Amino acid sequence: MSNSAKVKPYLELRAETQARERGLKEKVMSLEEAATLINDGDHVAIGGCTMSRTPMAMIWSLIRAGKKDLIASRSIMSSEGDLLFASGISKHVITSWFSQGIVWGVSKVMRHHVEGGHAKFDEWSHMSMGLRYRAGAMGVPFLPSRSMMGSDVGERCREETRQMSCPFTGESLTLLPALNPDVAIIHVQRADAYGNAQIDGLQFMDPDIAMAANKVILTTERIIDNAQIRRVPDRTRIPFFTVDAVVEVPFGCAPHECYGTYEPFFDHMGQYAKQVSLDPVAGAADYLRHYYEEPATWEAYLERVGTAEILDASRRGRSVYDD
Amino acid sequence: MTEASNYTASELLAVMSARLLLDGQIVFAGVGIPLLAATLAQRVHAPSLTILFEGGVIGPFIVPGELPPSTNEQRCTRKANMVLPITDVMLLLQRGYIDIGFMGGAQIDRYGNLNSSFIGDPEQPKIRLPGTGGGNDISSLTNMIVAMKHEKRRFVPKVDFITSPGFLDGGTSRSDAGLVSGGMFRVVTDLAIMGFDEQSKEMKVLSLHNGVSSEQVQDNTGFDLAFDDTVQTTQPPEPEELAVVRELDPESLYTA
Repeated sequence: MSNSAKVKPYLELRAETQARERGLKEKVMSLEEAATLINDGDHVAIGGCTMSRTPMAMIWSLIRAGKKDLIASRSIMSSEGDLLFASGISKHVITSWFSQGIVWGVSKVMRHHVEGGHAKFDEWSHMSMGLRYRAGAMGVPFLPSRSMMGSDVGERCREETRQMSCPFTGESLTLLPALNPDVAIIHVQRADAYGNAQIDGLQFMDPDIAMAANKVILTTERIIDNAQIRRVPDRTRIPFFTVDAVVEVPFGCAPHECYGTYEPFFDHMGQYAKQVSLDPVAGAADYLRHYYEEPATWEAYLERVGTAEILDASRRGRSVYDD
Repeated sequence: MTEASNYTASELLAVMSARLLLDGQIVFAGVGIPLLAATLAQRVHAPSLTILFEGGVIGPFIVPGELPPSTNEQRCTRKANMVLPITDVMLLLQRGYIDIGFMGGAQIDRYGNLNSSFIGDPEQPKIRLPGTGGGNDISSLTNMIVAMKHEKRRFVPKVDFITSPGFLDGGTSRSDAGLVSGGMFRVVTDLAIMGFDEQSKEMKVLSLHNGVSSEQVQDNTGFDLAFDDTVQTTQPPEPEELAVVRELDPESLYTA
């Protein structure tokens, strides 16, 4: 395992945080500029969950930039995990579940890479992923849990976890090591130029990931004025001083969903699943060429996804506010 | 299932497992059959049953025809009482607020251990499955209902890999491993309903569905099944129950 997914000594963690720019300053940039903040070999935590608020535009940018040896972690991985493997930018993921989605069956791309020994899929329980990020956010080296005992999921992570008897009650506990990612990439509905981020609907693990990481790249559907943030500060989930870059990317999760804005692009996802099921290698390569290599901008990518799909996903997305 | 039946195996699963849920319970549900069953229970006999989703949702009402593709999309939040971070909704399991964890299963063994990670040797797997998600946590921390098709290849003597712990090696092995609460409660299939022996923790048949013989259940199971002293026969699905399932899943996304 690379060092970047190991528990960091506390003073090192603090020193890195202290060295970061934390003033109330503008940090708006392009996808391409944001990609330069990520180094080969970094541990990159991905916000959202399954097909929700996936920072797809940022992943698109990282794949185009030809990053190498990234360790990618996420609560649950969907098709973006396929593309990390297929593009070769990551050969190591840490997550609790990895496939496009239940209705499409088991991901053939994930299977090809893991079964063939081309890439590593470290499996932790979902709560354990959450507690690992939370420990990172809390500045403690581990958190205790009553899960991941007795099972092979627990056994397989045994090198990285510890068992202990509670010093108060004597009960058995699993100690889960903190995750302090080098970089978190998170997509939100709105943020200001300083990086105050407001999240509608499901937060998943994103606030913890932002606090735990040593660098945060926010992509956002819209950049709004700081005055609007200050009107409803209770809706801000990520504070500006954890954030290093803000990139405005409408439809930045396409073909996944962004709560209240668009639902998953189901036809696109179905077509993708069909394509990679026929041939996980050639299918994924064709997909990457058509959607990731050839379009020069995110707008050109969206053009290829198509207006009909965007309108359909948007109509369904906004319907959550119909009730 | 009998040939004359007017419902699919999945519809039967949804109806039979819905009947096991009690009014007032808090149910941590996966999508698919578990969600259909929990919603059916709410509509028919358990109006104050609360559904929790792993994505961070407390008490939603699912819109018919808009079933969520996972527990983590906006469809899961319709008319919910609260949305909260994933870690916090999972911690409610650990705190002890949840009565039932309810999910589907790929492979199960005689002690109710579930595998959704590897077919074959984990170091060189024949098939890498998607993994635990919240399954390991839910089955570690509360009482479980599992709904699955009854097939020999799914009911094996010992799972290739324990993703979600049942009673491990039986007896007291689960609590010995540190899992002091929860455990397998019921396994619902298209043939029967199984529970677990109080002492040995081995799976045993509690009731057979209408028209199903005990031989048929044994023939579709990869280990010797115990049968309860008083095996019951379940009542077939009522038209009202089937109507609700079909209203919820008109495209048979989960009930084909």
